[in-house]
Amino acid sequence: MRRKSREGMKGDVMMKKLFIAIGILGVMTISVHAEDIIATYRGEAALNVEDNPPVMSKVVNKDLKLKRNYPMQPPTIPHKIDNYQVDLRTNKCLSCHSRKRVEDSQAPMVSVTHFMDRDGNFLADVSPRRYFCNQCHVIQTEAKPLISNTFKDVDDLLKVKPKK
Amino acid sequence: MWKKIKFYWQVINRPSVHYSLGFLTIGGFVMGIVFWGGFNTALEYTNTEEFCTGCHEMRDNVYQELQTTIHFSNRSGVRAKCSDCHVPHEWTDKIARKMQASKEIWGKVFGTINTREKFENKRRELAEHEWARLKANDSLECRNCHNFDFMDFTRQSTRASEQHSTALAKGEKTCIDCHKGIAHQLPDMTGVEGWD
Repeated sequence: MRRKSREGMKGDVMMKKLFIAIGILGVMTISVHAEDIIATYRGEAALNVEDNPPVMSKVVNKDLKLKRNYPMQPPTIPHKIDNYQVDLRTNKCLSCHSRKRVEDSQAPMVSVTHFMDRDGNFLADVSPRRYFCNQCHVIQTEAKPLISNTFKDVDDLLKVKPKK
Repeated sequence: MWKKIKFYWQVINRPSVHYSLGFLTIGGFVMGIVFWGGFNTALEYTNTEEFCTGCHEMRDNVYQELQTTIHFSNRSGVRAKCSDCHVPHEWTDKIARKMQASKEIWGKVFGTINTREKFENKRRELAEHEWARLKANDSLECRNCHNFDFMDFTRQSTRASEQHSTALAKGEKTCIDCHKGIAHQLPDMTGVEGWD
């Protein structure tokens, strides 16, 4: 190892400062550009102005199953769930969708995967880690997507011929 | 004791010495109106939301829960207050319920639910009382506003119209059988029919 001279050390510090300055400048220019390019959820309104929010869209309540976009997608909820209580005391969803209740309700039963603990062992009832339905299953609204989506169904992907 | 009863009976049994018959009858009639009116006014006051939420037990627990539900805030602005669901409208039933409510004064005096913890521990029991009452009177307080005869199934969602046109129409089920916890939060529902 070679001991650095005092002048050499000074040079290093200068270089560091220069790099930091260039870095800051770079970030600033990028952020200025970003403001022009990226569309945000808040729309066109200036930062200090409160824009009129869009009208709240209605929840789809047709009780018709919707297509899943990929096999493992958690099915969406085709009905309203206003004030459905899912907490320590009780679970309103399971009052129709639990194994014992589907005969009366004719609702789809919770998937068998929900009875498994994380080691794959089957339990007698819905596993606690699957208890909070809304973590994965959501209602649908009639809202138009704010940002366009390029998602392709796997079947469509398979039809695309690979480029050679 | 017997002497006292005898004395009062004699006072009442004897004709009035100082007051005329007209004064007594008209006075009695007027006072009757005043007392009856006063009684009913007081009774009506106990039916107001102001009265119910006057105690923190109701204001901080059940009243807070009601405010998030459709029976408090909705598109048309028609709302239910406490007594609409918890007190019968018919006079005799109302008086019977008000007499039962004396138990609630006992509860207030001795603080049976004066903390959140105590209330949570009693939630199931209190809920069961209300379910039992509504089950017994065929959900009378629901039907005071929601009249089955005027329900338009075509304006209901598919699931709702299916249940209402079958189980409810046949009288197999009554409102409270399915619509539990619509205005307040539910207790632990273990073992409740329909909740497994």
